[in-house]
Amino acid sequence: MSAAAHARDGVHRVGGASLDALRAVRRDTWSLALWGLFAALLVVAKLISPGYGATELTSLAIGALPIAFAAVAQAIVVISGGIDLSVGAMMALTSVVAAAQMKDASPEFAVVVALGVLLLGLALGAVNGLLIVVSRVPDIVVTLAMSYVWAGAALLVMGSPGGAAADWLKDMISGSLLIDILPKALVVLLVCVGLAWFPVRRSRLGLSIYAIGSNPLAAFRGGVDVPRTKVAAYALTGLFCAAGGLTLTASTGIGSPIPGPYTLLAVAAIVLGGVSLAGGRGGMMGPLVAVFVLSLIRTDLTFLGVDPNFSTVIQGVIMVVVVMIGAFVTLRRRRA
Amino acid sequence: MTSVQDAMDDRAGRDAGAVLRRTFRDRPILPLLVLLAALIAALQLVQPGMLSGAWVSSTIRFAVPLAILAACQTMTMLTGGIDLSVATVASMAAYIVFTQSPVQGPVVAVAIALIAALVVGIVNGIGVGVFRVHPLIMTIAMSLVVLGLITVYQRIMVAASARIPDAVAWLGARTSFGFLPNSLLLFIPLAALILFLLRRSGFGRLLYAVGDNEAAARLSGVRVWQVLVALYAISGLLAGLAGVVYGGLTNTATAALVDGFLLPSVAAAVIGGTSIFGGRGGYAGSIVGALILTVLSTLLTVLQMPEPVRQILFGAIILVVAATYTRITEES
Repeated sequence: MSAAAHARDGVHRVGGASLDALRAVRRDTWSLALWGLFAALLVVAKLISPGYGATELTSLAIGALPIAFAAVAQAIVVISGGIDLSVGAMMALTSVVAAAQMKDASPEFAVVVALGVLLLGLALGAVNGLLIVVSRVPDIVVTLAMSYVWAGAALLVMGSPGGAAADWLKDMISGSLLIDILPKALVVLLVCVGLAWFPVRRSRLGLSIYAIGSNPLAAFRGGVDVPRTKVAAYALTGLFCAAGGLTLTASTGIGSPIPGPYTLLAVAAIVLGGVSLAGGRGGMMGPLVAVFVLSLIRTDLTFLGVDPNFSTVIQGVIMVVVVMIGAFVTLRRRRA
Repeated sequence: MTSVQDAMDDRAGRDAGAVLRRTFRDRPILPLLVLLAALIAALQLVQPGMLSGAWVSSTIRFAVPLAILAACQTMTMLTGGIDLSVATVASMAAYIVFTQSPVQGPVVAVAIALIAALVVGIVNGIGVGVFRVHPLIMTIAMSLVVLGLITVYQRIMVAASARIPDAVAWLGARTSFGFLPNSLLLFIPLAALILFLLRRSGFGRLLYAVGDNEAAARLSGVRVWQVLVALYAISGLLAGLAGVVYGGLTNTATAALVDGFLLPSVAAAVIGGTSIFGGRGGYAGSIVGALILTVLSTLLTVLQMPEPVRQILFGAIILVVAATYTRITEES
């Protein structure tokens, strides 16, 4: 019920504007705090290195793009009450398929390839979802096993890094749009999420995804087709993994069959972004900001001259501290 | 439990399937042993003469570190948690032993390694137990922290000559009496201790209680946070131990040495019948699970499957075993 109400909040605007704003602030305290943190990190970057500007912003956006797609993908299943440990493997598989097919292909054919890869992602995700529903094995186990399968399939497609990306695909994420502080990669990200997730979220399916994550039994009794919704949620996750895979191919110009660290980074980002691992709670804005916060922390530490390996340590510590603060805030709010 | 009458009725031959199912449900380790035997038989069929003392001892030597890591997953999963920092902690322990033993001597080096692993475990436990951070996040974050620290440490220690102490190599890689792996000398008492801990001790009961229903455990007076801190501390220590054994076995040490064992350690616990939601399972199954995964991996190598096909089959088989297991043991 709370999930349903939560999801509906985004759709309906009831009451006066001020009340509305207040409610929005209360609901999104966490996201707003993250935005604040992001802004602070940007200021720090600018202070340490006065030359920080458009070029650096663009490379930040390009670097964060695959993680951002992985985070969106992971957020969808986690909201539906599952978890997908095969995100990194699905990204590797879709990335190598794209790179292998785009090599020596005409730009027109490359468009077909890109669309095909997105469909492939949808299918991979749907397979994950179907296996979970049919086998009744916990999500985490099925997707763990499937991560081997998808990673193996990626190696079958391409034994070692290779292939190529279509030029238009590379152009799509490099550089900036209109004004030079607006990286194209960021625009691509927002457009993709806007086109593929927000319509779903506002639809019956979106409400069902939140509902089965919040309380599957209640959702079932309320007339939601739980298995079908679950499969749909996993398919959407696969779709965003494919988008992430395409951006991997686009940013590196090749495909690599070895899964990157995206699965775990995505889990970390969504939890930082306020998505509850218990399901039914959270949105997309939080995880996206969290991805940029995590990437920017690394940048800032590099500017400070900190050993990049040590910044891994700091990243881990920050992750834990932020989540602890989150837990603390929730606990206090519940008591109040 | 089946009553005698039930068993007799079934034995009358009305439904042989039901008997099988009931037996398997009461003794969930039986189907696993059957599977293990089947895999070994398949191995013998594919490559006659493969089974020998040498093969058994090499299988055991590779299964021991995996089985120790599976103990970490089994125990944390019993409380509804998971420990994804085990691989990094194990690599760290191996690395510390390698770099410190030329300077400090093997005993001190192993002690430092285990203490470091214990500290990581305690931090995990404090995060999960006291600050209520989700175990998945806490242990991922800790593994990032540890990975960063090892890499920094690697840079500092680059001048020192890294070398495996003989005692550790003896423990991990060598055998006594021709075929008996020395790591069993460590593993058998350890496994017995863990089995005892889980089945007979108060601590074991607390793990099951917390995993089954944390609120109920808390209301009946269990100090859940203490249980969790102790649990993750033990898990860290075991991971460190596994790392030392594996370092001795492979005679190498890098920051990513044991990474390949992370997912198999979870898989071993899962196919061993431990529920990832907590409260159900045990260590005996995980040991068999670790053996199954090791034999399976040998079988796929012997079949000369290319690496991609091996990975695909590995994943598919884990899934099939888990699904079959769920069906068999599910309450009908």
